[in-house]
Amino acid sequence: MSTAAASRASSHTRLGWAPPLLGACALVITLGLGLFVGAAGLGIRPVVLALLDALPLLEIEHGLSSVEQSVLFDIRFPRIVLGGLVGAVLALAGAAYQGVFRNPLADPFLLGVAAGSGLGATIALATTGNSALLAPFAFVGGLAAVAITYVLGRSVGGRTATSLILAGVAVAAFATAIQTYLLQRNVETLREVYSWLLGRLGTVGWGEVTQLLPYAIVSGLVLVGSRRLLDVLSVGDEEATSLGINVNRVRWVVVVAATLATAAAVSVSGLIGFVGIIVPHTVRILFGWSYRLIVPLSVLFGAAFLMLADIAARTLITPAELPIGVVTAFFGAPFFVLVLRTIGRQQ
Amino acid sequence: MKRAALSAVVVLVLAACSPADVASTTTTGSQPTTTEAPASTTTTAPGTTTTTATTVQSGFPVSVNDDRGEVTIEERPEAIVSLSAVATEMLFEIGAGDQVVAVDDQSNYPEDAPMTDLSGFTPNLEAILAFDPDLVVITFDPGDLVAGLEAAEVPVILFGAAVTIEDVYRQISALGEATGNQEGATQANNTIEWGLADVLAGASDAGEGVTYFHEIDSTLYTATSDTFFGEIYGLFGMVNIADPADEDGAAFGYPQLSSEFIVSQDPDIIFLTDTSYGVSAESVAERPGWDAMSAVQEGNIVELDSNIASRWGPRIVEFAEAIARALRGLEES
Repeated sequence: MSTAAASRASSHTRLGWAPPLLGACALVITLGLGLFVGAAGLGIRPVVLALLDALPLLEIEHGLSSVEQSVLFDIRFPRIVLGGLVGAVLALAGAAYQGVFRNPLADPFLLGVAAGSGLGATIALATTGNSALLAPFAFVGGLAAVAITYVLGRSVGGRTATSLILAGVAVAAFATAIQTYLLQRNVETLREVYSWLLGRLGTVGWGEVTQLLPYAIVSGLVLVGSRRLLDVLSVGDEEATSLGINVNRVRWVVVVAATLATAAAVSVSGLIGFVGIIVPHTVRILFGWSYRLIVPLSVLFGAAFLMLADIAARTLITPAELPIGVVTAFFGAPFFVLVLRTIGRQQ
Repeated sequence: MKRAALSAVVVLVLAACSPADVASTTTTGSQPTTTEAPASTTTTAPGTTTTTATTVQSGFPVSVNDDRGEVTIEERPEAIVSLSAVATEMLFEIGAGDQVVAVDDQSNYPEDAPMTDLSGFTPNLEAILAFDPDLVVITFDPGDLVAGLEAAEVPVILFGAAVTIEDVYRQISALGEATGNQEGATQANNTIEWGLADVLAGASDAGEGVTYFHEIDSTLYTATSDTFFGEIYGLFGMVNIADPADEDGAAFGYPQLSSEFIVSQDPDIIFLTDTSYGVSAESVAERPGWDAMSAVQEGNIVELDSNIASRWGPRIVEFAEAIARALRGLEES
């Protein structure tokens, strides 16, 4: 904490290598930790050897049975990677929303993504009864909700950020109402829907990773590429326009990219709250207020944070699972307060 | 009521001639004294002769114990509303079917149960009272359902999920007394008990030490040995891989397992109770990493009827039969 605070004190805009290096270290450490722990208890040495053996040109005796190899490569590894991807996407989207709406409380679920996806997931389970359709329905539901939010937001109050957010609140309330009605009518789907609402990484494989990856890459490039524009936007619409920036187009591109990635992440992992608010703010408090910094660092720390939360989710009551959404909020909230207080005192 | 009294007299005469009614009278422990199942008394057509015959034995008012305590029922109920799919199956099995006027939207068995759109999960007091019930059977009180019904002077019987097979016998017996169908209840309990004994005898020690995973939904919720369904697997001597996941009972016997734990445990048989939600032996085989499990490779994935594998009613014998079939399949593979 002290080095981080020091780096913040030393430079607000000039970065140095410390923050990204720290983020990369956190990422690598959590990735390693994630690979070594789990309900199957494979042992550290065999896992290391098996990982080396999996590299091309290397043949190493690792002593894992074929079932254990399946556990490591088909279940544990993709789950960690997906956790990292989802965490990165949610934190990135959170940072982008906060910048584009100039609202520190903006989060990836702001424009009705969560409620729309939840409704989509519920419809999939309640009407078709097929849990394989959950992800595509959630994706479509999330995007549809955001599209409606846009149309409403524009029709109501011109182009201010506030009217868009308020439209999002209305759409979310409406979607949630329909979802609750459907759940009441289809009680037997309740558990599965709630399990999805609380976030789940427990049953994923490489298939989910490849589903999410293209959206994550495209959105990541767009958002990281717009980080300077977010800084300009933060001074105000008029000022940004006077600097020759098409504010509406920037806002539109950033919101679409963030929303698309969020919907894709949510459709495979369920609703994992808190990451999109906690991570960008922690980065902001620790390393500085420029979006040039916040956006890329949110990717690294978001990935590390969610992988860490998932380690807790699958080990705390092993071999049973905790819903990851519970973990992110339970550990994320006190941690965030701690960061706030520590920094507050130092100032 | 006059007509009921008259028919009671007629039945009394008939019952006196019926040898079937000599056997047992009340049903407390419901333990049959003989082990061989007399084929003649197993319920072939519940709701016909036995129902009327037992009217005589039941002296109303009666008091029965439900999950909350003692419930007094003044007269033989003739307009029962069941908001519990399990209770509906029990009521029809003991011969109280023609006393039932309405069942909830989940009570899809037996087929002649008068299903309505009443909900047991979000019950509407007015909708229930519209049937003018003289007994309401529920499995869940979301808040003030019992209080509301009692304020309307309708007796309520609340039976939550059974934890042991004894609970099933107890619930059936109580429903028998409460509806004036003690004889039918005794027969239903005997049918279950002898049915289970039959299946277990047929399975012999085939289940001894066989490990299994009982899947409740595709997010890998399961039931441990401490649950009702876990107990039935236990009768076969089978071993539940989920037991370490809820040793302290904090999840009430229904923990959510991690995928890698299930795969690393490599259970002999996988039982699917979520087949009505698109889960099948094929979809399980396609899950990441699951193809390494021997149950998947050798085809020991059993698709159970979701309703049978989630209701602690008379059809638990069918559930046990499905387990026995799976064990035979395991021996052949």
